[in-house]
Amino acid sequence: MVDGTNDNRPVSPHLQIYRPQITSTLSILNRITGIAMSLAALLIVWWFLAAAISPDYFNYVDGWLTSWLGVLVLVGSLLAFWFHFFNGLRHLRWDAGLGMGKGEVARSGKLAIVLSVGATSLCIIFAL
Amino acid sequence: MSYLTDRKRVTGLGVAKNGVEHWVSQRMTAVALIPLSLLFIFPFMGALDSGYDAVIATYAHPGNAIVALMFFTVLFRHHRLGLQVVIEDYIHNHRRQVQLLILNTLVWRAAGVTVLFAIAKIAFTAT
Repeated sequence: MVDGTNDNRPVSPHLQIYRPQITSTLSILNRITGIAMSLAALLIVWWFLAAAISPDYFNYVDGWLTSWLGVLVLVGSLLAFWFHFFNGLRHLRWDAGLGMGKGEVARSGKLAIVLSVGATSLCIIFAL
Repeated sequence: MSYLTDRKRVTGLGVAKNGVEHWVSQRMTAVALIPLSLLFIFPFMGALDSGYDAVIATYAHPGNAIVALMFFTVLFRHHRLGLQVVIEDYIHNHRRQVQLLILNTLVWRAAGVTVLFAIAKIAFTAT
């Protein structure tokens, strides 16, 4: 077993043995962005709840979300959103049995990075 | 030798017992979120930092309110299913894993009801 209690059979190489590849890196990034957006989603729930309570409480919460810390979190969430969006499209294509060739997965991965950075930049430009 | 078919001998012996519903639901919500997230995010970014009155006016509009209600309903199901897999993959202590899975379900259900109520109140009480 892996904990060495039964025998010393070889085990398959784990994450830190392999050189990071674009496919594995984007796969773990998909999880990280999903987890990160959970926190952003709860902040947005707080924002909607505040708007339903009173103008004063809304201004308090909106002040937090538009402070430098809030903007940092929201811009990070925006990048996470666009990455998860475009990488999710890759996953849905794979689920349909498409685009799984060795060259294709690397190409679509690079495309997802370019599109997510581009979409985030456009959103920031239009929001200013 | 057995008169049972291969299929009959292995049915029910897997570790998961279920999972197809989870897998399909994760993808169904993902597909639904393609249009819903795009329809939600642009009015939301417009409303953010534009003041209380503008936010109320945005979500008083039935189109924005209905999209937001659909978006959060589907989004929080997607969040719950996604985080469930993360917890199952990385938390190996059984007791801790079950605790976190329960917490995961409760948090997303509670957040869902909260945000749906808040949006509905804004939409119905705006003048």
